[in-house]
Amino acid sequence: MTFGLEGVTVRFHDRIALDHVDCRVEAGRVGAVIGPDGAGKTTLARVLVGLVRADTGQVLRPGRRLLGYQPESAGTWRDLTVAENFAFVARTRGRGDDLDARIDDLVESTGLGAATDRLAGDLSGGMRQKLAVAMAMLPRPDLVVLDEPTTGLDPVSRADVWRLLSRAAGEGAAIVVTTAYLDEAERADHVVVLDGGRVLVHGTAEAIRASFPGRLVAGDHAHEVHPSWRRGRAWRTWVRPTAAPDGDAGPDGRDLEPDLEDVVMAAAIRRREQAA
Amino acid sequence: MTALARTVHLRRDFGTTRALDGVSLAVQPGEVVGLLGANGAGKTTLIRLLLGLLAATAGHVELFGAAPSPSTRRDLGYVPQGLGLYEDLTVRENLAFQSATYGVDPAPLDGDLQAVADTVVSDLSLGMRRRVAFAAALGHRPRLLVLDEPTSGVGPLGRADLWDTIHEAAKGGVGVLVTTHYMDEAEQCDRLVILAGGRQVAAGTAAEVVGDRQIVEVATRDPAAALACLEAAGLLALPAGRRVRVVSSDLDRVDRALQGESGVGDPRLVPATLEEAFMAAVAADPVAA
Repeated sequence: MTFGLEGVTVRFHDRIALDHVDCRVEAGRVGAVIGPDGAGKTTLARVLVGLVRADTGQVLRPGRRLLGYQPESAGTWRDLTVAENFAFVARTRGRGDDLDARIDDLVESTGLGAATDRLAGDLSGGMRQKLAVAMAMLPRPDLVVLDEPTTGLDPVSRADVWRLLSRAAGEGAAIVVTTAYLDEAERADHVVVLDGGRVLVHGTAEAIRASFPGRLVAGDHAHEVHPSWRRGRAWRTWVRPTAAPDGDAGPDGRDLEPDLEDVVMAAAIRRREQAA
Repeated sequence: MTALARTVHLRRDFGTTRALDGVSLAVQPGEVVGLLGANGAGKTTLIRLLLGLLAATAGHVELFGAAPSPSTRRDLGYVPQGLGLYEDLTVRENLAFQSATYGVDPAPLDGDLQAVADTVVSDLSLGMRRRVAFAAALGHRPRLLVLDEPTSGVGPLGRADLWDTIHEAAKGGVGVLVTTHYMDEAEQCDRLVILAGGRQVAAGTAAEVVGDRQIVEVATRDPAAALACLEAAGLLALPAGRRVRVVSSDLDRVDRALQGESGVGDPRLVPATLEEAFMAAVAADPVAA
C-alpha cells in the first residue's frame, strides 16, 4: 500500500500553503517531511489525515479507523494517567484482541513502565512525546501521521522517538513524520524538504546528497561571484555546472563533499533567484 | 587576555539535586562556543548563573573578570528561545525601547529590518523575529552574547543570515555562547562543551569531539527487528533508513547481537557523526546514563 499526496495545492484565502506537493510513503517505510516554521508541514499532515481539503491534486489515505494521527504538541490527554491514555485509545479504536499485551509491550519499550500512574501532563516533554507516538501506533493503523514529534526534544529523546517510528514501520504501517531538524533526514527512508509550501528537494538522504548540482569549494571568505555560505569560520562556495563552461576554472580551493545542508542551501538560493 | 565569561569548578545544587557539578569553561573574545547537552544536563542552570540570576553553591562565575553584577549585565546580550520581544510593538519601537534601557542611541536598521521597521513584531515571520531579537541583543554593543537555539525553526537562507550576524559579531571581538540541540548549529561553533548530568563530558572543536571515533553500520531489510536485537544486547542503535547505526566500535559485539537475524548485511565500521559522538559522550557518563 502507498499513501500520500500527489500534486496537492492548498490555498488559504490568497495565500498558497502547499504548491503542487508530492509526498508518498509505502507500507513499512518512514517518510520525513522537513522544513522550517511556516513551510507547510502541518498543512501537509492535516491534508493527509483529511482535516484540510486539497484544492487540487490527489490524496491517498486509508479509512478513518486505519489512520493514526498525532497533531503538533498534542496527542495525549494531559489529565489522564499514562495507563488511562492507552486504555482509552484501545477501547475506542483498537484492532486485534491482544491489545492488553500490546499496551504492556509499548509501555515497556517506551520506558514508561515506572510512570503508568502519572498524569500525562506531568511527564517530561520527551516522555510525553513517546507516549503520544505509542498511542498513535497502538491500534495498528495502516498510516501513522505524526506532526513534529521531536520538536523541542534533546538528541537522546529524539533518538528514542525515532526508534519507536522504526518499530511502527516494522509492524507494517506507513509512517509520515514532520520535523524542523534536517539532521533527522538521515533516519528516514524517504525525505521531502519543504520551503514556502513547495518541495525544495526530495528522495533518500543519500540520493539528495548526490544530487548537489555542480561543485562545492572550500574557502576562507565569501566569493564575489558565486554563492557562498558559512560553516563555522570557513566558507563553502557553490560553483554551478553551467557557471564556467570555458576559460574560468572557478574559485581555488579544495573540493568539499556536499551534505544535506548544502543541497538545501543551493536549492533555496535557486528558488529565490527564480522568484526574483 | 581576560576571558569574557569564565566558570571555575562551578557547582549548583537544588535541594539534593546537583544540577551542575564542577564545570569550568571560558568564552574568549571573538570566540563562538557551543553548549550541548541533553535536557537536564545543566545548560539552563549554567546560563542562569552566567546571567547572575542564580548564585553558585560552590566554585564561581566571572564575567569580564568580575563577579556578575548589574554593571556586568550591561556588557551582555541575551536572546532567549522565546526571543523576549514585545509582540505588540513595532520593530522600531522594540529596538528603541531596548536602546533606551541601556542608555544608548538606537543603531541604524539594516536593509531588511528597515523594510519592516513599522511592522508589529507579531506580524513577522519567525526568521524576521529572530533577526529583530538579534538586533535588540546587539544594540547596546555587548561584549558577550548568549544565544539559546538561535536559528531553530528558521529556513535555510534565514539561518545563513543569522549565522553571518553571529560570526560578524565574533569577528568584531564579541564572545558568543550558544546552547543548542541542533547538530548543524553545533557545527557552526569554534568550540563545543558537552554537558551530561551537570558535568562536562567532552570539549573541543566539532572535529575534535568526533575525533577518529567510528561506529558500526549495518544494512538490513528489517531495521526495527535489528534495533530490537541490538537494544536487547545493550547497544545504543539508531535507525537510518534501511540501515541501522550502532554507537559502538565493537564489530564482534554487533555481529553477535545480530546473529540469527535474516536479511542483515555485514557490519562495517564508518566514521561517527557529531550527533553520534555526542550520544556516545553522554551515554558514557555514569551519572547521566
